[in-house]
Amino acid sequence: MSAVVTDHEHEHHDHKPSGIKRWLYTTNHKDIGTMYLVFALIMFFIGGAMAMVIRAELFQPGMQFVEPNFFNQMTTVHGLIMVFGAVMPAFTGLANWMIPMMIGAPDMALPRMNNWSFWILPFAFLILLMSLFMPGGGPNFGWTFYAPLSTTYSGDSTALFVFSVHIMGISSIMGAINVIVTIFNLRAPGMTWMKMPLFVWTWLITAFLLIMVMPVLAGVVTMVLTDKYFGTSFFDAAGGGDPVLFQHIFWFFGHPEVYIMILPAFGIVSSIVPTFARKPLFGYASMVYATSSIALLSFLVWAHHMFTTGMPVAGALFFMYCTMLIAVPTGVKVFNWVATMWRGAMTFEVPMMFALAFIVLFTIGGFSGLMLAITPADFQYHDTYFVVAHFHYVLVTGAVFSIIAAAYYWLPKWTGHMYDEKLGQWHFWCSLISVNMLFFPMHFVGLAGMPRRIPDYALQFADFNAFISIGGFLFGASQLIFVAVLVKCARGGEKATAQVWEGAEGLEWEVPSPAPYHTFETPPVIK
Amino acid sequence: MSKTYEKYYVPAQSPWPIVGAVALFLIAFGAGNYVNEVTRQQPGYGGYMLAAGFVVLIFMLFGWFKNVIDESMSGLYSAQMDRSFRQGMSWFIVSEVMFFMAFFGALFYGRVIALDWLSGGSNNAMTFEILWPSFEAMWPLLKTPGGIETQAMPATGLPMINTAILLLSSVTLHFAHTGLEQNKRSQLKIMLLVTLLLGATFLGLQVYEYIHAYRDLGLTLASGFYGNTFFLLTGFHGMHVTLGAIILLFVFFRVLKGHFTPEKHFAFQAAAWYWHFVDVVWLCLYVFVYVI
Ligand code: HEM
Ligand SMILES: [Cu+2]
Repeated sequence: MSAVVTDHEHEHHDHKPSGIKRWLYTTNHKDIGTMYLVFALIMFFIGGAMAMVIRAELFQPGMQFVEPNFFNQMTTVHGLIMVFGAVMPAFTGLANWMIPMMIGAPDMALPRMNNWSFWILPFAFLILLMSLFMPGGGPNFGWTFYAPLSTTYSGDSTALFVFSVHIMGISSIMGAINVIVTIFNLRAPGMTWMKMPLFVWTWLITAFLLIMVMPVLAGVVTMVLTDKYFGTSFFDAAGGGDPVLFQHIFWFFGHPEVYIMILPAFGIVSSIVPTFARKPLFGYASMVYATSSIALLSFLVWAHHMFTTGMPVAGALFFMYCTMLIAVPTGVKVFNWVATMWRGAMTFEVPMMFALAFIVLFTIGGFSGLMLAITPADFQYHDTYFVVAHFHYVLVTGAVFSIIAAAYYWLPKWTGHMYDEKLGQWHFWCSLISVNMLFFPMHFVGLAGMPRRIPDYALQFADFNAFISIGGFLFGASQLIFVAVLVKCARGGEKATAQVWEGAEGLEWEVPSPAPYHTFETPPVIK
Repeated sequence: MSKTYEKYYVPAQSPWPIVGAVALFLIAFGAGNYVNEVTRQQPGYGGYMLAAGFVVLIFMLFGWFKNVIDESMSGLYSAQMDRSFRQGMSWFIVSEVMFFMAFFGALFYGRVIALDWLSGGSNNAMTFEILWPSFEAMWPLLKTPGGIETQAMPATGLPMINTAILLLSSVTLHFAHTGLEQNKRSQLKIMLLVTLLLGATFLGLQVYEYIHAYRDLGLTLASGFYGNTFFLLTGFHGMHVTLGAIILLFVFFRVLKGHFTPEKHFAFQAAAWYWHFVDVVWLCLYVFVYVI
C-alpha cells in the first residue's frame, strides 16, 4: 500500500488553491460537496420565496395578488426547484462530503466528472428561472407536466423547460455513477459491504435508482418536446397515442424519484440516532435489506398516482397491494430506529431533535400515503390538498428535516467549530411548530375536498387556509435562523474535537475537525 | 481488495468541466430558443447559440481527453483507476439502456394498450363509439383515428441488409479486440477500419431509408404513433451509432499512433462496449419496429 498520488505530492498535503479558480476548477470532493450544499440552500430559498407567493395568494379566498397563470407558474417552478434544485443536490452534496470519508477513500472515483456534474446544475436552473421572464411566462403545467397541459396547452417556454430538465438529468446520472463507482471500487481495505455505514448503503441504492429512472425522465420530456413542436402524437389519441401514456412513463420515473429523495434521509437518521442514543444501530442487516426491497418495490407501484385515470380494476388492485407492501420495509426501519433508542443514554442536541422529529412526522406522512394507496379512497383524495399534505410530510419533515439534521450533525466536522446550540434549538422548535401549522391542516381541507393547484377556493376553507398561510410564513422565517447558525459556525465558535459527539463512531470521526483537504491519502485500516 | 489499493490518481484541478458546463448551457438555451424559432419561423439567435455550444463542447472534449490520455500514457493510472473507468462506463451504458427503454415502453403501450382501447377494448366502448367509430385497429398503424394515412416500412430489403451490416461490424470489432489482446497490430488496424466503414455504410443507408420514407411512403415523424416510434427509435439509435463511430474513429487514430497495450486499453474497451450496446439496441429495434 502506498500513498495516493496527487499533483501536489511534494507540497504540504493540505494545500488549497485559492481564489475563484479553486471553485471553478476543483476536483476535490469536499469543495464540490460544499458547492452542492450552498447551491441547494440558495435554491431552497428561491423555491421557498415562490411558496410564500402561493401562500400569500391563498391567505384569503378570491383573487388577491397574482394572476392565475402566474400562480400556476409558481406551483410548477416551486416543485421543480425543491425536488431537483434543493433536495437532490443537498443529498448529493452530503454524499460528496461524507462517502469518501466514511469508506476511507482518497476522493470520489471520477473527480473531474464530479466537478462537471455540479457545475451544469446552476446553468440548468438559470435556464429554468430565465424562462419565467419569457413572453407568456414560464412553465405552468405543474412539476408533473402532464400532457396535454405541457403539449397542446403549454407556452413557448416549454422547450427551455425540456432542455433544462435534460441537464438536471445528466447531472444526476453523472453524480450517481460517481457514487456507485466510489463505493464499489474505493473502499479502504477491510471496509466490507456489511461494515459500510448505512448512509453509504442508502446512497448506493439511491444512485442505482437514479441511473435507472433519470433516463426515463429524459425520454418522457423528449416526447413532450416532439409532441409539442414536431407533430408527434405520443400523448394524443387522435394520432394513436394516449395522454395516459404520459402518466405511465412519468410515474415510472416519478415514484422511484420520491424514494431517491427519502433513502439518503433514512441513512442520515440511521447515523444520527445511534450517536445520540449511544447504542449501535438496532438491526443493521435488516436496514440494508429493507432499503433494497423498498428500492425494488418502488419500480412496481407507479400507477398509484393514476388510480383515477380509469385503469382496469386488475391493474388498480395490483398497484394498490404493491404500494401497501412497501409500508412493510418502511415499518421495519421505523421500528429499528425506535429500538435503537430503547434504553439508550439519550441526549437531545439539535441533530437528534431533527432526527426525532423526522421519525414521528415522516411516519405521519407514511400513514397518509397508506390512505392514498387504497384505491377507492384515493378517488376521493386524489388531486386534493390531502395529497399535498402527504407529500409535504414526507418531503419537508422527512427529506428536508433529515438534510438539516445532517447539516447540524456534520457541521463541526466541516468547519471545525461547534454551531450555536441555543440558536439551533430555536431553529428546531420554530420549524417544528410552524411546519405542523403549515401542513397538518392541509389534511382537513383536503379531505373536505379542496383541490390542489388552484389559486382560489370555496369560502368554507377560508379559516384553515389563513392559518396554513401563517404557518407557512413562520416556517419560511424560521429558516433564516438556520442561515444565521450556518454563518456563525462558518466564521468561528467553540473548537470541535475530532470525535465531536460523545457517541459518534465511524471513520469520519477519526480525522481531525475540520477534516483536512485531502483525507485518506493512505487508506486507513478498518478493524 | 487490500492488495490493489495503490496510487489512486486524483487530478489537482481541471478547467474542462466548467468549459463543458458552459457548453451545455449554450446548447440547452440555444436549442430551447431555436426550437421555437424554427417551428414558428421567427428570426432569432437560438441556432447560433446552439452551434456555439457544440463548438465549445468539442473543444472541451478535446482538451479533457487530451489530459486523460497524457496522464494515462505517462503511467499515472493504476489498475484500480482503470476499474473506476470501466465501472463508470458500464453504468453509463445502463443509463442509456433505460433511455431506450422509455421509447420501447411507449411502443409497447401504444401497440398493446392504446390501440385496443381506441377500438373499444377494456372499458372504452364509448370512446370508440363517440369519438372515432370508423377507426380500425391495426399495426403498423396506417391510418390514425384522426385520419392521417401512411405506408409501412417493410422489414425485408434495406433494413435487413442494414441489420446484417451492423451485426457484422460487431464481429469485426471483436476481431480487432482480439488482435489488440494478442498484440497483432495489423489485424487490429484492419478490423477497426472495417468496423468503421461498416458503421458509415449503415448510417448512409439509414439516411437513404429516411428519404425513401418521407418521399415515397409518406411515412414522417408526424404520421401518427407508428411514425413517431419509428423515427424516434431509429433516430436516437442513429445518433448513438454516429457517436459510437466518432469514438471509434478517435480510437483508430490512437491505434495508428501506437497507443494501447494488450493489458491496458480502457478507451478501446469502452468504445467497443458502446458499439456492442448500440448493436444490441438495433437488434431489439429491428424485431420490435420492423418485424413484429
Ligand atoms: C408508505 C409509503 C408511501 C405510500 C404508501 C405513498 C402513497 C402515495 C400515493 C398513493 C400517492 C398518490 C396520491 C394521489 O395523487 O392521489 C402519493 C403521492 C405522492 N407521494 Fe407518496 N407514498 C409513500 C411515501 C412517499 C415518500 C417517502 C415520498 C417522498 C419522499 C412520497 C412522495 C409523494 C409525492 C411527491 C406525491 C405527489 C406527487 C404529485 O402528484 O405531485 N411518498 N403517495
Ligand atoms: Cu408514488
